[in-house]
Amino acid sequence: MPPTGTERPRLAVWKFASCDGCQLTLLDCEDELLALTDRVEIAYFPEASSRMLDGPYDLSLVEGSITTAEEAERIQDVRRQSKQLITIGACASAGGIQALRNFADIESFKRTVYAQPDTIESLATSTPIASQVPVDFELRGCPINKSQLLYVLNQALFGQRPTLPTHSLCGECKRAGVTCVMVAGGTPCLGPVTQAGCGALCPRHNRGCYGCFGPSETANTQALSPHLERLGMDPPALVRIYRTFNAAAPQFQAESQAHERD
Amino acid sequence: MSETDPRTRTIQVDYLARVEGEGAMHLRIKDDSVEAIELRIFEPPRYFEALLVGRDFREAPDITARICGICPVAYLMSAVHAMEAACGVTPEPAVHQLRRLLYCGEWIESHGLHIHMLHLPDFLGYHDAIEAAKDHPEVVRRGLRLKQAGNALVELIGGREIHPINVRVGGFYRAPKRDELLVIRPRIEAALQDAIETADFVAQLPFPEFERAYLFVALQHPDHYPMNLGQLAFSDGRTLAVERFEDVLVETHAPYSHALQTRTREGQAVHMGPLARFAMNRDRLSPAAQAAANRAGLTRVCHNPYASIVIRAIEVVHACETALQLIDGYQPPAQPAIDVSPRAGEGCAATEAPRGLLYHHYRIDDAGRIESAQIIPPTAVNQVTIEEDLYQHVAPQVHASDEELRNLCERAIRNYDPCISCATHFLDLRVERA
Repeated sequence: MPPTGTERPRLAVWKFASCDGCQLTLLDCEDELLALTDRVEIAYFPEASSRMLDGPYDLSLVEGSITTAEEAERIQDVRRQSKQLITIGACASAGGIQALRNFADIESFKRTVYAQPDTIESLATSTPIASQVPVDFELRGCPINKSQLLYVLNQALFGQRPTLPTHSLCGECKRAGVTCVMVAGGTPCLGPVTQAGCGALCPRHNRGCYGCFGPSETANTQALSPHLERLGMDPPALVRIYRTFNAAAPQFQAESQAHERD
Repeated sequence: MSETDPRTRTIQVDYLARVEGEGAMHLRIKDDSVEAIELRIFEPPRYFEALLVGRDFREAPDITARICGICPVAYLMSAVHAMEAACGVTPEPAVHQLRRLLYCGEWIESHGLHIHMLHLPDFLGYHDAIEAAKDHPEVVRRGLRLKQAGNALVELIGGREIHPINVRVGGFYRAPKRDELLVIRPRIEAALQDAIETADFVAQLPFPEFERAYLFVALQHPDHYPMNLGQLAFSDGRTLAVERFEDVLVETHAPYSHALQTRTREGQAVHMGPLARFAMNRDRLSPAAQAAANRAGLTRVCHNPYASIVIRAIEVVHACETALQLIDGYQPPAQPAIDVSPRAGEGCAATEAPRGLLYHHYRIDDAGRIESAQIIPPTAVNQVTIEEDLYQHVAPQVHASDEELRNLCERAIRNYDPCISCATHFLDLRVERA
C-alpha cells in the first residue's frame, strides 16, 4: 500500500554477501539521520535496530551479492515485500570482490579456507541482485557515495526515478581541475572506463582510479588496455586491474578474460 | 528429534541485531541444564584467503579492506605492515605517525558507532539509537558528532571514510600538507570534550554483575597505548613477538559456523579488544584518558565485559588526545611512500582494530605474487570466549523465559562489538530445550 496522510513510508535495509560498508553509509549520514527518520519509518534494519517489523515495505535498500542458495531464495522474498527495490554498492550491482570465485574453482577455494569444506554451503558464483529479481535502481560504488545515497533516497521518497551521471570519471576529474595522472604522470588509471560518482578521489591523491564504481555507460575498455600496456602492464596485470570489486560487471569481465587468453 | 522431547527446550535468535554482519545463536537446554550454546556465523563465506592467492602483494591492503566496512583501516594497516615485513622495509617515522593518526580516526568512528548506536540502547532500554534520541537527544547527538569527527579524520587522511584509497605498501599515495591537517584541529578538540563527557556518562550506567577470569591478549608497546606496533602480551605474563602468533594460537573449524575458532595451543579461550588492551596498557593511556578511567573507578584490570562500553569511551578520549598531539607535531614525510621491491618470503603483522587484535600473515614469491594468506580477525578469536560467557549467563537462569534468555544472550554478545563480516570465516543464536 502507498503511504497515506501522516503515515511515513516504510524503509527496509537488507544484507547479502558484503562487508556492511554500504549500509553503514546510511548511519554515516550523521547530520541527516535523525531528520530522515522523521520522514521515513525504519521498519527493518537489523544492523541499527533490534525492532524488526514485518513487510510490506515501501522501499528496500539491498546490499550484497547472491552467493548461497538461501540468499537466492531470500532475495525473491525481499522483492515480493518491496514496492521499490534499490541496490547499494558494487557487491549488489556486480558481485563484489567475492565474484573472483566466478573465475576459479569454488571447491578449491573452500579447501583453502576451511578444514571441513563439506560443511560449507556456497554457490560456485557470486552474482548481482539484478540477475535474480527486477531492480528499480542500482546505486554504484565500493563503497557508495553518501551524497548520492541521500539523493537517491529523496528521489525514491518522492516517487521520482533518480538520474545520476553514467559518464566516465574523466569528466569529474577534469571538472575538479586535477592533472591527469595517466597522461602527465604515466600512472595506469581506469578513470576513462569507470563511472563517475566518487569525486575523482584517487587521481586527487596521485593515484590511478581502480574502478570502484564499475564500468561507465560507454566504457571502451578495448581502447584503454593498449594504453595501459604501454605504461608497463603485462597481461596478468591487465587481468587483475579489471578484476577487483566489479569483476563480474560485463565490460570488465570480458576485458579481463580477453587478457587471460593473451 | 529433541525438539519434540518435552524435556528439551530450544531457544533461537535467528538474526542478531545491532551487530555487524549475519549471526545467530542456538541454545539447547535439557533437564534444566545447558546442553549446547552455539554462536553461529551464517554470514556467507567470501573466501578472501583463497582469492588473494596470485594477486600482487601491493593489492592486499585494498582487497582485505573489503572484509569489513566498519574497520577498513585496521585491514589496511595490518596488510601494509605484513607486506613491509615480508619485503624487509620500514617506512620513515613521519609515515608511521600519519598511520597512527588515521587509526585514531577509525577508533573514534568505530567506537562512537558501537557505544551509541549498537551498545547504549541495551543499557537505556530501547530498540535503537533513533528511539533513544527521543528521550536522550543530547546523548545521541553527542555520539553522532563524535562518530562524524572520527569519519572526518579518516576522510582527511585516507580520502574517504569507508575503504580509504590513500594507503599503500610503503606509505601513502599523497601525504597531506601541514596546514591541511590543521584545519581539522578545532573539530578534534571539540570531539575530545564530547568524548570526555561520553566517558563520564557511560561510567554511570547500571552494569550487570558479571565477571570472568579471562585470558587477555593484546599488543603491548613500551611507549604507546597500542595501535600499529608492539609485541603480543598475554595477561598470564607471557610476551612474545607477533611472528610467534601461530605457535601459540590455533584455529579450528566448528561445523556449525562459518568462522574458524581460535584457542591457545593448550585449548584455552582468549579475550581480545578494549578490556584486553586496557589490562595490559592502562598506564600508557593519554592523560585525559587516564583521568577519565580514574573518575570511572577503573583503577585496575576490568573483568566485566559490560564495562567494555566505558573502556571504549576512554579509548575514544585517548584517540582524540593522541590525534591532537600527532597533528601538532606533524611534519610531512620526505616522500609519501618508500619504494618497496618484493622478495620471496613471509611477513606477518598484528594491529589493534577497534574490536581487538587483527593478524595477517602472507607468503609472497620473488615477483611479489601472493602464495598464501592467513587472516585472523578478533571476532573469530573472541567467539569461544563469547560462547563461554553465554554459558555462564544462562546456566544459573535456565528457568527464565525464552524471551528473557534471548535478550540476555544478545546483550552478552554485543559486549564484544562482534564484527561478523570479518569473522566469516565467523556467527547464527537458536535455543533448544530438552
